[in-house]
Amino acid sequence: MSDTTTTGTSSHGTGPFIAAIDQGTTSSRCIVFDRDGRIVAVDQKEHEQIFPRPGWVEHNAAEIWTNVQEVVARAIEKAGITSADVKAIGITNQRETTLLWDKNTGEPVHNAIVWQDTRTDALCRELGRNVGQDRFRRETGLPLASYFAGPKARWLLDNVEGLRERAERGEILFGTMDSWVIWNLTGGTDGGVHVTDVTNASRTMLMNLHTMAWDPKILDSMEVPAAILPEVRSSAEVYGNAKGGVLDGIPVASALGDQQAALFGQTCFAEGEAKSTYGTGTFMLMNTAHKPVNSYNGLLTTVGYRIGDEPAVYALEGSIAITGALVQWMRDQMGLINSAAEIETLASSVEDNGGAYFVPAFSGLFAPHWRADARGVIAGLTRYVTKAHIARAVLEATAWQTREISDAMTKDSGVELTALKVDGGMTSNNLLMQTLSDVLDAPVVRPMVAETTCLGAAYAAGLAVGFWPNTDVLRANWRRAAEWTPRMDADTRAREYKNWLKAVERTMGWLDDDDS
Amino acid sequence: MAKNIQSLERAAAMLRLLAGGERRLGLSEIASSVGLAKGTAHGILRTLQAEGFVEQDATSGRYQLGAELLRLGNSYLDVHELRSRALVWTDDLARSSGESVHLGVVHQQGVLIVHHVFRPDDSRQVLEVGAMQPLHSTALGKVLSAYDPVAHTEAVEGDRKDFTPRTITGLAEFESVLELTRARGWAADIEETWEGVAAVAAPIHDRRRMPVGAIAITGAVERLCPAGELRSELVAAVRECARAVSRDIGAGRF
Repeated sequence: MSDTTTTGTSSHGTGPFIAAIDQGTTSSRCIVFDRDGRIVAVDQKEHEQIFPRPGWVEHNAAEIWTNVQEVVARAIEKAGITSADVKAIGITNQRETTLLWDKNTGEPVHNAIVWQDTRTDALCRELGRNVGQDRFRRETGLPLASYFAGPKARWLLDNVEGLRERAERGEILFGTMDSWVIWNLTGGTDGGVHVTDVTNASRTMLMNLHTMAWDPKILDSMEVPAAILPEVRSSAEVYGNAKGGVLDGIPVASALGDQQAALFGQTCFAEGEAKSTYGTGTFMLMNTAHKPVNSYNGLLTTVGYRIGDEPAVYALEGSIAITGALVQWMRDQMGLINSAAEIETLASSVEDNGGAYFVPAFSGLFAPHWRADARGVIAGLTRYVTKAHIARAVLEATAWQTREISDAMTKDSGVELTALKVDGGMTSNNLLMQTLSDVLDAPVVRPMVAETTCLGAAYAAGLAVGFWPNTDVLRANWRRAAEWTPRMDADTRAREYKNWLKAVERTMGWLDDDDS
Repeated sequence: MAKNIQSLERAAAMLRLLAGGERRLGLSEIASSVGLAKGTAHGILRTLQAEGFVEQDATSGRYQLGAELLRLGNSYLDVHELRSRALVWTDDLARSSGESVHLGVVHQQGVLIVHHVFRPDDSRQVLEVGAMQPLHSTALGKVLSAYDPVAHTEAVEGDRKDFTPRTITGLAEFESVLELTRARGWAADIEETWEGVAAVAAPIHDRRRMPVGAIAITGAVERLCPAGELRSELVAAVRECARAVSRDIGAGRF
């Protein structure tokens, strides 16, 4: 590449640029990117987490919109540029978080119900009553679970006084956070566009994955009036222009749910390419090209992205509830380490796990097992085992859980994982990344830009306005910062996997029916 | 027995007094407990406070033990912590310089590579985390030897092997290179360890100005030194990166 010869030390002085807004679970951020995909400026602001009751989580959508405006203004200021230098705005967002607002006043009718909120558990059980969790799986790719937006909207319609009548009169708009941000950016009550993208729509349980449209039968069963729903658009096209604010007149040109945005930012554009984001929990998505692959192994089928009029690209998704959270637990609850990074120091002081396996089924087992009756286990303990062996077992737990998801993806899609692209905070753990490569028996690759979520939204927006001509150019922008290759022999890998699965067995059935 | 230093004995007595449980004591209580005039006690407390061993509550004016004492017992910086703090800065350095970046710390008789960012091109590269580099000939080693007394001793007393005709092996010449390094704040290695390879490195300091590691840009000599001299923008970039990491781990601006 010409990089090596044209190097300045801060070579991103001149535009044009793309601004990406990440409306996340704990904060809103704006990052300005240059044509090479390098970060020019960042601004971020946290918002309040509201817990009205155990299991309930809400956000104040008005606060979020204020914060979004603030971080955009400050990021543009930090970059030392004006709106004239910005070619497009891209949006990425916390998925499934649900809001209903008044079309005429722009006021939310209730706090947004956050994806983690479990208030719709009972409603989901009721909706599944004769058929079970998979009642809408063929159409939507999702099991009936409290995460998804449709049941949350239904809860609001049932529980906010007079809301259903107002909704039926066409006074109310529904949206996930992408819709809320885009509607406000493009003018709100003054002509704001009411849209969502296919990736966010695929997390509502209301969209049919095959037709990419709201499914009338499901709307009927879920009792959600079609009048409140946004128009489903692609992930990369101009939805409208910003009205007011520092970016007045700039096209709003992409929307992607955060995990899909990371898939896009990691340039997983080919079938079989996968990314895994290692934070508190872990989300792994694999590109399955133009086929919505049905999962028989506990994964979700979801839309990966859709660029303009091109056919949609689908993905299989597996999530792990506890990965980084286990390291935090070792630090905060066990006090065995002082900082998250020290887990590597402790784990590196021994050669292996000493026979110990740690299955962190703290709130049950998720994909691919889906066992709510499971609880955490440390198996294989002997007097030989030290805290260092446990630290090693902690890191291996993240690796083996990834292996289980990857195996499920291979079973469902028939595509072998060729390499895993990783991002997120835990990628700074060298021992973990090596262990991951060892147990997957595949290379693990870390990209140079850690902010893959915002980058994905910027890429999609840039494609929509012709800032970047095609995905090949984006792929060429992608830079490998590090790569780990497998060093474990096949016999060891097989033996360790068997032991891990034995430990997983031992977590199941801990809760009795009457415990919950 | 040699006569001990009185003010240190008094300071130790005050620390023991404050260490008795979760205590906050006023100046007069401390002075009378250790049998000193208030003015003398205040002078010692002020010194302890400046060193961070004692803290004074802003509203009540009472004294308590300072956070620095806790850090003394657990003072080394974990190398994995260092890597996680350095990650974004070193990624950006590799991206802007177009070359590979290494982060090294003193370990036994050499430099241990604790972090490595690939050169941002499509070439196959192997992760060098865990590899060792010599102290006397590499840019990382020279920076660490210049700032860290332990590394200095190892480099001075150890075997300074000549890897290439350009390797500096003589003690006097080596010491003058270290002096130059301290004076300008960075070190270079131009084909002194590997033929065809050049590097430039700068130190990472912690909040006590202790050198905890070093960051280097490494690449082909014809790219790093096109006119025989290191490109000045690379020197500035590696120093800026090391300063950013230093700030991130708590060092003041310098």
